[in-house]
Amino acid sequence: MIWETIRLAVQAIFRNTMRSVLTVLGIVIGVAAVIAMVTVGEGSSSQVTADVEKLGTNILMVMPGGMDQGPGTQSVAKAFKLKDVEAIIDQIGSVDTAAPYAQTSMTAIFGPESTTTQVVGTDNRYLDAVDWPLVMGRQFLSTEETSGRAVCIIGETVRQKLFGNTNPVGETIRLSSLTCEVVGLLEAKGASSFGTDQDDVIGLPIKTFQRRISGNSDVAMMFVSVQDGKSTDRAKTDIEALMRERRRISEGEDDDFTVMDMKQIAAMLSGITNVLTGLLSAVAAVSLLVGGIGIMNIMLVSVTERTREIGIRLAVGAQSGQVLMQFLVEAIVLSVIGGLIGIVLGLMLAIFASNLMAIPFAPNPAVVGGAFLFSAVVGVIFGYFPARRAARLDPIEALRHQ
Amino acid sequence: MVDAAPLIEFREVAKIYGKGEAEVRALDGASFKIETGEFVAIMGPSGSGKSTAMNLIGCLDSPTSGEYLFHGVPVASLDREQRALLRRNYLGFVFQGYNLLARASALENVELPLIYKGVGRAERKQRALDALSKVGLKGREHHTPSELSGGQQQRVAIARALIGNPDVILADEPTGNLDTKMSREIMDLLCGLNDNEGMTIIMVTHEEDMAEYAHRLIWMVDGKVERDGKPTGGGGKR
Ligand SMILES: Nc1ncnc2c1ncn2[C@@H]1O[C@H](COP(=O)(O)OP(=O)(O)O)[C@@H](O)[C@H]1O
Ligand SMILES: [Mg+2]
Repeated sequence: MIWETIRLAVQAIFRNTMRSVLTVLGIVIGVAAVIAMVTVGEGSSSQVTADVEKLGTNILMVMPGGMDQGPGTQSVAKAFKLKDVEAIIDQIGSVDTAAPYAQTSMTAIFGPESTTTQVVGTDNRYLDAVDWPLVMGRQFLSTEETSGRAVCIIGETVRQKLFGNTNPVGETIRLSSLTCEVVGLLEAKGASSFGTDQDDVIGLPIKTFQRRISGNSDVAMMFVSVQDGKSTDRAKTDIEALMRERRRISEGEDDDFTVMDMKQIAAMLSGITNVLTGLLSAVAAVSLLVGGIGIMNIMLVSVTERTREIGIRLAVGAQSGQVLMQFLVEAIVLSVIGGLIGIVLGLMLAIFASNLMAIPFAPNPAVVGGAFLFSAVVGVIFGYFPARRAARLDPIEALRHQ
Repeated sequence: MVDAAPLIEFREVAKIYGKGEAEVRALDGASFKIETGEFVAIMGPSGSGKSTAMNLIGCLDSPTSGEYLFHGVPVASLDREQRALLRRNYLGFVFQGYNLLARASALENVELPLIYKGVGRAERKQRALDALSKVGLKGREHHTPSELSGGQQQRVAIARALIGNPDVILADEPTGNLDTKMSREIMDLLCGLNDNEGMTIIMVTHEEDMAEYAHRLIWMVDGKVERDGKPTGGGGKR
């Protein structure tokens, strides 16, 4: 009997295709939005983790600003100096190497071409620490690093914008008043998990950066790589102790800097993506609810429109329960069909977006199953009221309708 | 069910619409008995309560007062669901306006009562095909009502009324929307059912001609039975 009812419901749905399509549109959009959001969210979150791990699990980042102020709060905490970098290398045994890091956004000009890009002050040890090879030219010479000569290494995006496919090594570019020679080209890395282009970068020796660009001797951040086989936690504690001493932080006072390992950074970044995903999914879920109300609305109209049909069914001997079931099953079948279409559409959207953002496509069976169930539940809840109204119609009134 | 009881019995049945000044006594103490196998025509001026009486017989509506017994059972004692079962198993309706499902084919329309009886798909289809061929609509099974003439639509409705093997067919002005030729065809069909299968038929009509097909004429005025007997011409059309 239930199969019969479902078959009849499907028949009724396809007898009025236009109305059915309009009815399920809300559900389709709602489910598709939820599925796409969650899938893309999980994909980018796993991409963040993978990206950060690629940087190396043995990397520590040291930033000014305490945990409570938020790492990177340079305005309140004083910046590091180059001496701090040397101190870490010299005084902490488990450290392989450390590198300074400072950056700003600037326009680079070559002939008629120009591009706005990230200008980073650092040294060769950074490239070694994060394992970033060159494909043309060379790294900085040690004399260039110590004397702060005007030389630079550029990323692939900068090369494309300024030089096209030609060899940039040996050319001179202008950064504001600074004229500097290109000595090397970095290997292309592609987009990061947040869609920022990692190859849109120009690297200068830190001393050149300080003297000619920032105009001070600050180091915004330090990258520390820990020796293979040595504990990063241990290195972290050691660095913290050393920095407290160098920054003269007395006992009982909080750190005014933060040492983070890549696991923490990964957790922090995927935390941000998760919050975003959650918010967007909530919005999508509201649209599902609106979709459910849409179903109820059209089912109510349909009950009125089909009052005479209901009268005919009652006249030939349909019981209230059978009419109720007919309309309820119709609402459920409609919303389930809408849910299925929404799932397919949502997954397709997610595949498309994942490709575009270069993140893994990570469909979550629990979410897909949940969306399906939810659409069925929407059908039950929002189909019940119109169905009950149909079932309670008075046979003679229904037959007399219009 | 008590076998000795008449198929249908009205005892002083009244149906009152509205209240006070606006009160309309659609039926005002109507009494009659109808036995199995009869072909009864109900006539009377417009507004005399014919349709009201049919709706009460068909358990589509309930009387304000008086008693309606079906096979001796007081219908007032049945609840909504039991009345639905009574319609399903014992009654077949033919309406003036056909009342077919507009988007369904002739076959699907005829099958409808069997769906609620829980008859399986294959048997349902077979019985519906048989019923359609009995009313002369072989080959029109897949037409929707809008693709059929009025007479053909009414024959689909008769097939639908027949298919559940009811005790009685209730036809309220079945030829009201049809021309003379089509009306004759419908009347011949109903007479055939009555003659050959002993089907009880109660038919409302306002055409003397049509009433001549019946054995018995109930003449109603102002919600009361004014005359009950042979049709004027003595049922000469048979
Ligand atoms: N639902 C209703 N509400 C109010 N009055 C009604 C209703 N149905 C019928 N009537 C009135 O009851 C009387 C009998 O109607 P009806 O049985 O349809 O007459 P007939 O079929 O003999 O022409 C009429 O006066 C009609 O106006
Ligand atoms: Mg009438």
